[in-house]
Amino acid sequence: MLVTLWGTRGSLATPGPETERYGGNTSCVSVHGREGTVLVLDAGTGIRPMGASLDPPPRRVDILLTHLHMDHIQGLGFFEPLFCPDLDVHIWGPASTQLSLQARLVRYLSPPLFPVYIRELPCRLHLHEVGDAEIDIGEFRVSAARVCHPGPTVGFRIRDPKDKVLTYLPDHEPALGALTFPVLPRAWTSGAVIAEESDLLIHDSQYSAHEYHDRVGWGHSSMRHVLDFASLVDARHLVPFHHDPGHSDVDLDRLLSEAIEEAKPPFRVTPAREGATFRL
Amino acid sequence: MPSKPIQMILARQLASSLATPIFLMDAEGTVIYFNEGAEILLNERFEETGEIPADEYAKLVEVTDEARKPIPPEKWPTRVARTQRQPVSRTIWTRNRNSEWRHLQVTVIPIVGEGGALHGVMNIFWEL
Repeated sequence: MLVTLWGTRGSLATPGPETERYGGNTSCVSVHGREGTVLVLDAGTGIRPMGASLDPPPRRVDILLTHLHMDHIQGLGFFEPLFCPDLDVHIWGPASTQLSLQARLVRYLSPPLFPVYIRELPCRLHLHEVGDAEIDIGEFRVSAARVCHPGPTVGFRIRDPKDKVLTYLPDHEPALGALTFPVLPRAWTSGAVIAEESDLLIHDSQYSAHEYHDRVGWGHSSMRHVLDFASLVDARHLVPFHHDPGHSDVDLDRLLSEAIEEAKPPFRVTPAREGATFRL
Repeated sequence: MPSKPIQMILARQLASSLATPIFLMDAEGTVIYFNEGAEILLNERFEETGEIPADEYAKLVEVTDEARKPIPPEKWPTRVARTQRQPVSRTIWTRNRNSEWRHLQVTVIPIVGEGGALHGVMNIFWEL
C-alpha cells in the first residue's frame, strides 16, 4: 500500500511560513492499494488537494472518518469526487449513541455552515456506521475500535493482502487518567490492540509534556506519550501526527528530538510532514 | 487478549482514581477490575487475583440483607442490574473470607454503549 499524508495539522488549519515544512492542512491521509483501492482517512482540509490528485478518478472512493470534529470533516465539501455523478463514494464513521452518522454529518453539510445539502451531492453517496466487526474494502481489511477522545471516536487498522498493517489514531489520549503511562497491558490501554505490531503507526502527538499537563482530558497525547504507546504496541515505524497549530516547524523539530533523546525508541520515528509518502 | 471496550477502560481509569470502592464486571459477570477501596472490602488485591469469574466471586463474599438473611448470588444487586439492565441501589451486609462484616450501600449502574450494547456494570459501594 502507498500511504500519503495530505494534512498533518491538528485542530485548525495553520498555513504560513512557520509551518511550511510540516504543513498546515488538517488531517487527511490517503491509502492506495496495489489493486486500485483508494481509502481516504479523515476529511480535514488536506482532502481538497488529495481529491484533486485523483486524475482520472477511480470508480469508487472510501472515506474513513475517525470522528466528526471540524478539523476532520472541514474539507469534505471540497472533495471533488463528491461532485462526480458516476462515482461511488462511501463514507464510514462512528455514530453517536443517539444520532446516526448521516444526521451528524448533515449538521455540517447543510446551510448555514455549508451551501450544499448532503442529499444534493451528485455522486452516489453511501454512508456506513463503523462497528466492531472487520470490513473488507477492496483489497483491504479494515477494523475500527472506539478510542479515548471526547465524543464518539474510532481508530482504524488497515491490513493489505501481504499482511502489512497501517494503524491510524490521529486523535487519541491513551494516557488519560494514568498516573504513569503506560502501566496497564494492551487490553486495558485505549487503542493498543488495533495498533499492535503495526508496520506504520500514525498517531496523535499534539502536545509537549508541559502542554499536556494543562490539557488533560482534551483528547490528545504528548510526544512522549506516543513514543511510549508505540513501544507498548511494538510498532515498527511511528509517524507522530496531528501537530498543534501553535507549534512551528522549529518547535516540532525540538519537541521530537527532545522526546527521542529521552525515550530512545527501538523503532523508526518520522514526524508527519505534508506530502510525505510511505510504501508498505 | 481482546481489547476491553473503551467504556470499560474509561470506567477503570475513573475507578482507579477514586477512594470510593468500585467493582467493574463485564457483560458476563466476570469481575474485570476492582480498585484499592474495594480491595479493603474484599480483603483481596486485584494485582493478585486478576479477573475473577462470576462463580468464583460468589465464593469470595457472602451477601445478606439488612436482617442478615443471605441473598443468593442471582439476586445480588450486581446480577440484577446486569441481567435486567437497570440501575439498582440497596443496603446490604457483606462478609469476606476474613469473616469481616461490612454494612454497605451499593449502587450498580449498567454501562450501555452505542446501539444499546451492554459492556458491563459499575458497582459503587458506600460504607454505612
